Amino acid sequence: MPEAEGVTQPNPTPSAPALSHEQHIARMIRQQGGRGDALIEVLHQVQELEGYLSPAALRQVASGLSLPLSRVQGVASFYHLFRLKAPTPHRCAVCLGTACFVNGGADLAKALERRLAVRLDDAAGDGTWALQHVSCLGACGQAPVLVVDGVMQTRLPVDAPDALQQRLTEAGLPPAAATAAGEPW
Amino acid sequence: MVSAAPPLRIRCCGASGCRSAGSEALQQALEQAAAEIAAAGGAGAVPAIKPVGCLRLCGRGPLVAVDRADGGSELYGGLQPQQAKTLLQPQRQALASAAIATDHPFFSLQQPVVLENCGRVDPGSIDDAIAHGSYVQLRRVLEGVSPEQVREQVKRSGLRGRGGAGYPTGLKWDTVALQPPGPRTVVCNADEGDPGAFMDRSVLESDPHRLIEGMAIAAYAVGADQGYVYVRAEYPLAIARLRLALKQARARGLLGPQVAGSRFALQLEVRVGAGAYVCGEETALLASIQGQRGTPRPRPPFPAQHGLWGAPTLINNVETFSAVPAILRRGGDWYAAIGTASSRGTKVFALSGAVRHTGLVEVPMGTSLRTVVVEMGGGSPTGRAVKAVQTGGPSGGCIPAPLLDTPVDYESLLALGSMMGSGGMVVMDETTAMPEVAHHFMRFSRNESCGKCLPCRAGTVQLEQLLARFVERRARPDDLARLEELCTMVRCTSLCGLGQAAPNPVLSTLRHFRGEYEAACRDPAICEPHGACRLPAATSPGGEP
Repeated sequence: MPEAEGVTQPNPTPSAPALSHEQHIARMIRQQGGRGDALIEVLHQVQELEGYLSPAALRQVASGLSLPLSRVQGVASFYHLFRLKAPTPHRCAVCLGTACFVNGGADLAKALERRLAVRLDDAAGDGTWALQHVSCLGACGQAPVLVVDGVMQTRLPVDAPDALQQRLTEAGLPPAAATAAGEPW
Repeated sequence: MVSAAPPLRIRCCGASGCRSAGSEALQQALEQAAAEIAAAGGAGAVPAIKPVGCLRLCGRGPLVAVDRADGGSELYGGLQPQQAKTLLQPQRQALASAAIATDHPFFSLQQPVVLENCGRVDPGSIDDAIAHGSYVQLRRVLEGVSPEQVREQVKRSGLRGRGGAGYPTGLKWDTVALQPPGPRTVVCNADEGDPGAFMDRSVLESDPHRLIEGMAIAAYAVGADQGYVYVRAEYPLAIARLRLALKQARARGLLGPQVAGSRFALQLEVRVGAGAYVCGEETALLASIQGQRGTPRPRPPFPAQHGLWGAPTLINNVETFSAVPAILRRGGDWYAAIGTASSRGTKVFALSGAVRHTGLVEVPMGTSLRTVVVEMGGGSPTGRAVKAVQTGGPSGGCIPAPLLDTPVDYESLLALGSMMGSGGMVVMDETTAMPEVAHHFMRFSRNESCGKCLPCRAGTVQLEQLLARFVERRARPDDLARLEELCTMVRCTSLCGLGQAAPNPVLSTLRHFRGEYEAACRDPAICEPHGACRLPAATSPGGEP
């Protein structure tokens, strides 16, 4: 998934003179021949460029593909992987697929909520970190797993709290808020 | 000087499971170690390092297979990059603790048909695929087998849809082929969304040319000249490898205006999803390919009559298409001889959860669950008793341990209130509470409901809330009746398979583990001791592989 690929960084264009996002998007639309059935592909590329689908980009895609804005908005809001708001700089995705669930994925999600002091699936997070769930990363043999800023962490020791916190620190998660007296909720 | 064949051939698994366990670093270390041997002048003795797809035992990744000059093979799991040099030595006793016995039932009871080249062929090389027999059947049918004869072989094979529903494949191909003249399309459903299922991903990542060949043969058999593979966006590696394979096939003239020099034309394209489970439903999938919201529509008309842009469309799953080249090579009767009377051939399962040996297994239909879970999978890693096996993902159910002797075929699983599904098999031990499992799946279905029809949109929300009462042990006795009533309503009145099957995890756990729901009621007077369904601790007769 996009998290695993770390696609939130805008693509650098080393050789060509720097194009504005608008010019980039125009080129993506041209490359798809302006065909309306390429909408999902174009939205993927726009999100890769900008990190999310901004209202301006959606308007440009609609006119470029000769589609009503309502249709573009409808598709963009339907699919889980499209983001309509700018993502937080750091993101953590915890797998709640069945194999991870059986191996303590829900407890892992709770531990992450406590450590990051954010709510699961609140895209705004604390402004720096956000925690989301994913339904299966396909690494079922390594369950339970999570992805921190695009890097997958496998076989997390959910039953050993200290070892778990140590692994989370190594994965780059910030330490639990020192001021928090007990659990935030 | 005679250039001898390399004494060692190393196959490195580069599929997603092993990648997440660090296979790329290991492969680089192996390549470097081989280069050092070459630089040291051992020209005849330089091991060949080959990237391959899934070597099956994903839980022990990263996996590396060593093929010796004497024809024998060794398998190693969990190696670190610094052990690469040792692996390339003539003596590898130092790695004994990482060695995996390939005569363990996990491997010896497999019968690879769809996966026959998976783990042997380099997924990035069409030359290697061709050397392993890819495209031979496509060329053969184009040179002198009629579309009717191809469909006849598929019908004789008894192959049924591997996506879960089990519709007879040959019948579907006939339906599309016999529509009034006009354009037709083939579509491969690679939107493998069930949590715990990774069979299709493994085929795409390990042997993409097999799928392309199967789709091309299907297109020829039904008269289609264009096709799409709809892959979920969560599989970036599978998408990249499939795109590369399509490019290679086009460059070789195996796709395009004149496939393999014949008059048959076929364009194949990849379409990437965007994270919507409902797109695995065929009419939703077609809408998504056309760039729309992935909402299902009522059937009939079926896609076979009225599909992509109104044209007759053949939709099959990855595993179904991938079985076709083997069926044509060895004949429909050969395939039909495997498996049971109603479920022919082999099925790939993704084994995970509370099981010692996790990974991919391909076994004949009719193999018992006990064979797969206990004998091949080795039972629970902690020694706790296996409590249930979940098949069919969010549309399936939990089969309790006392019924593990059930043969795995379409009808037997349906009879137990579960279903074959696409092949995810998640083992649960006694620490897993069944109302929690049902709640987990209902949360998934609620999240993935497309919102088009009311029973599914609102029903899954209500069911999730009801189930939360059982999870939190605050349910009242009449909640149980309400739960059953609501399940029946959602199942009977939802528009598509997602809603119709969403109650299955609840109904199957209610059926086999009712005591746990009753024990979760608030009033202790009506509580019953839970854990009515137990088996003695599962043993692993095969030991450690």
